[in-house]
Amino acid sequence: MRFEYNIEAGNFSKAGDASSSFKKILKQLNVDPQIIKRIVVSLYEGEVNIVAHANGGKAICEVDTNLVRIHLVDVGPGIPDINKAMQAGYSTASARVREMGFGAGMGLQNIKNNADILNIQSEVGVGTELEIIVNLPKAG
Amino acid sequence: MKLSDVVSILNAEVICGQTRLEREVHAVFASDLMSDVLTIDSEKLLLVTGLVNIQTIRTSEMSDIKNIVLVRNKKASPEMIELAEENRMVIIQCSYSMFRACGLLFRHGVEPVY
Repeated sequence: MRFEYNIEAGNFSKAGDASSSFKKILKQLNVDPQIIKRIVVSLYEGEVNIVAHANGGKAICEVDTNLVRIHLVDVGPGIPDINKAMQAGYSTASARVREMGFGAGMGLQNIKNNADILNIQSEVGVGTELEIIVNLPKAG
Repeated sequence: MKLSDVVSILNAEVICGQTRLEREVHAVFASDLMSDVLTIDSEKLLLVTGLVNIQTIRTSEMSDIKNIVLVRNKKASPEMIELAEENRMVIIQCSYSMFRACGLLFRHGVEPVY
């Protein structure tokens, strides 16, 4: 199953809409609540990053029998130094983002902690793509 | 501790979830930083925060946090209350500072997360 969500740049009142919708789907699919939490926290952090830093993007969420794969693709400034961006506490967030309770340089690290696999590709001036994979335990 | 006890201890006002005050809370996490809140993995948690915007509720939704105390007389917006109600949350508002609210709850036996 594949679900696609558009993410608007700068619209903090809608940040989290995609994560909320996908969470409802995962609940309906009877995914373990602890796994759901890891998936939606990762998705939500990524969604907030797109709202905060990019010029818009989308989340493509695929549910397979043994894993959930999320692609977060944005058009935006890109990340010049991914290793630096992964460091806890490193942030380029604006004052507005910080007012919303984010921008402390924890987002990518938090995604990494919740994902089984995190791949980041970024090109400066073009955009960033995150692939987040969370394994689902075998049924029964 | 029941949420009704939290309301009493903090001399607070319930603005969402009046019928859910029998719910138990075992631990408190206090933060204005939502990325910090997203790292918490604890059941029956009470979030104490001075951050009042829609992301407070969204973050709680993603973290499976159902109980929120807003400190320093911060007021939840109608949009926040609507989203909280949709997620069967309880929002409590109090005039105390975060330090005072946490101190009182700790003194009455609510555990810290760490």
